[in-house]
Amino acid sequence: MPVWMSEQEYATLRAACAQMLPSGEGTPGAEEAGVADYIDGFLGAFMFDPPRIWAGGPSSGRKGGVAGFATFHRLSPLDELAWRMRLEGSQGRPEREFNGPVVGLQERYRDGLAALGADFTGMDGREQRRRLRDDEDFCELLWQHCCEGMYGAPEYGGNRDSVGWDYIDYEGDVQPRGYSDAEVSQP
Amino acid sequence: MSPSAIVIGSGPGGATAAEVLTRAGWSVVIMEKGRNHLLDPDDLTRPAGDYSNDEIKFVSRYFLGPDPLVEPRAFRRSAEEGEHTHVGEVNSIPTTVGGGGTHADGKVPRFREEDFGLFSTYGPQEGAAVDDWPLKYEDLEPYYAEVERTIGVSGREGANPFAAWRSGPYPMPPGAPMYGAVLSSAAAEKVGLHPYEAPTAANSIAYDGRPACNNCGFCAFFGCPIHAKGDPVALLTKAMATGRAELMAETYVSRIVTEGRRATGVEFIDRDGVTHTRSADMVIVAGGAIETPRLLLLSGLDHPALGKYLMVHFQTIVVGHFPTMRLHPHKGRAVTHVHDDAMVQDDRSRQAAAGAGLPWFRGGLVEHSGGGLPIMEARHSPWGRKHAQAMRESNLRERMWAFIMQGEDLPYATNTVDLSPSIRDARGFPVARVTYRPGHHELAASKYHGKILQSVLEEMGAEWVIHTSSPGVSYHGVGATPIPESRHVMGTVRMGDNPDASVVDRWGRVHALDNVVVVDSSVFVTSSGYGPTLTLVALASRAAHHLAGTAPGPGEP
Repeated sequence: MPVWMSEQEYATLRAACAQMLPSGEGTPGAEEAGVADYIDGFLGAFMFDPPRIWAGGPSSGRKGGVAGFATFHRLSPLDELAWRMRLEGSQGRPEREFNGPVVGLQERYRDGLAALGADFTGMDGREQRRRLRDDEDFCELLWQHCCEGMYGAPEYGGNRDSVGWDYIDYEGDVQPRGYSDAEVSQP
Repeated sequence: MSPSAIVIGSGPGGATAAEVLTRAGWSVVIMEKGRNHLLDPDDLTRPAGDYSNDEIKFVSRYFLGPDPLVEPRAFRRSAEEGEHTHVGEVNSIPTTVGGGGTHADGKVPRFREEDFGLFSTYGPQEGAAVDDWPLKYEDLEPYYAEVERTIGVSGREGANPFAAWRSGPYPMPPGAPMYGAVLSSAAAEKVGLHPYEAPTAANSIAYDGRPACNNCGFCAFFGCPIHAKGDPVALLTKAMATGRAELMAETYVSRIVTEGRRATGVEFIDRDGVTHTRSADMVIVAGGAIETPRLLLLSGLDHPALGKYLMVHFQTIVVGHFPTMRLHPHKGRAVTHVHDDAMVQDDRSRQAAAGAGLPWFRGGLVEHSGGGLPIMEARHSPWGRKHAQAMRESNLRERMWAFIMQGEDLPYATNTVDLSPSIRDARGFPVARVTYRPGHHELAASKYHGKILQSVLEEMGAEWVIHTSSPGVSYHGVGATPIPESRHVMGTVRMGDNPDASVVDRWGRVHALDNVVVVDSSVFVTSSGYGPTLTLVALASRAAHHLAGTAPGPGEP
């Protein structure tokens, strides 16, 4: 269930992410990693308390230590202004338009997903990829967030069970274990 | 009653001044416009646990600030381009308690003797205001020694044949060498260069109550989760432990309030947007080479040199591809080896400079380093069916090795920081506008030394080598931004004995204001090619000891 977008938008987003990061034999893709959930959760960050912007620290618990990532940081008033501007846009509010109007990511996604078409999920892969390439700006934005959702810390909603890290043999966050001197210096 | 100071900015310069002054009995208020993620809010003498191995938080989401939506800057290459060509991130150094020290990978080389006397040593350069500093290396050496012990620096005395003299050894031995650096150092030696273990403000052994670095690899652009990096957490915790320091985070100083030749205090805005004033005997400014001139301009200081001679190390980036190796650059402390040869003149470089129509040129410290992290690699990889294979092969992360030369940037009067006529921050104040373009010296030195670095990577076995630079220049092709990426930002509040040609004196005191002292890299006369942090910290220590009437000691611990 999406937290911020509509079911229709979420279905389109999942299909678009699956084109960018397709699953293969022995290779997880956007579906297995939950990349669409990462993006939906990011766009709806303020539906959580504290907002899901910055995971905590100093460790996740995956390599020992406390599971601090799971507790997100509270935002200061200035942080909240910045992130509401980035996600929601300025919406004509003077306190967000000190340098002019700002188009938020929510609007960009809403428009970008709509432009892919209500029939996007029913198209074959070739047509889906063509439509994605047609909107260069949205494609670039979506790719950035796909990468974050595939290879970022799982606490943000993507990279489920660390599948993105595992298939590239990357250990991810390694505190407090770290690496031994031998692991650093030897092949 | 003890003397009092307001320190504006809690980065390496401000933290050093606060530590020295509180040790001498002063009462100090540290005002930092960013948030406190460095010190435990329940006990400010201890580090916090907010930092983490988290690429999203630190690289994508501005955890250390500034967020360019609410604290942007403006940029243009020259006045001919109009008011600005870009608004957003420009040379952002963290806006947070700890400032630039929090995100640095901790390389802290000293300058060499000649760096303080460039004009006397090499002579003028057309179009550049090359000058000597109003102090010499021997004046600063005791302060270098003190701060190296206080923040904890690992290194090996004698490893660098070009290094300036030292009064004592490094406090700690070097840490574990990265595998890629072992290979690139061997190749560099084969072509006649002199690589060595980088002096690094990261613990190689447990030191001063902080643990040894455990090589997690999240150094550059990340706060250290275990606080093995000592700068400036060591300084701030010591200042707080005296009981004479007060830390005010999320406190935005909008103006230094002056009466005649004296500052009476500062005007500041708290986290809720309420404006206050606070007085003190001294005002110490440590906002960095962009925010410090901005604050002085917002405070009404008028000086023809204020904001001029901005310097940003010109980065020459030479990248080699090693398809048969996995270099695992994510293991270790980002950069473990460097070499200085490009800072030293020889017959070939003199000939090359002459061929470029220059009397001389200098490059900079060369860092041996590898690729980035998975999100970065993924973004530069194709999407679609070829993506997974590209990520498994990991050509950008595991099979790449690079040299980054932090080239000396000469001081040009046309490279400036001033106030944007139209762009405001969220609090309504004009933001800093950077006007910057590298000169012929920087480009010629980059071209010459870039070829040498290419030969090292070829010796190391690279299948192919590419060159780029920051800021981008035309011969590096598409995609190179004209905005410099280096966070080594200097100049703009130049130090000197002549009050007509410089903004502050040899102790960092503003010529026109008797009780305002600047303790950051804005006071640099020339940029050298070494990272500025240790030198600005040593200068801050020297300025604070001068104020307090104390001498540098053996340092803590």
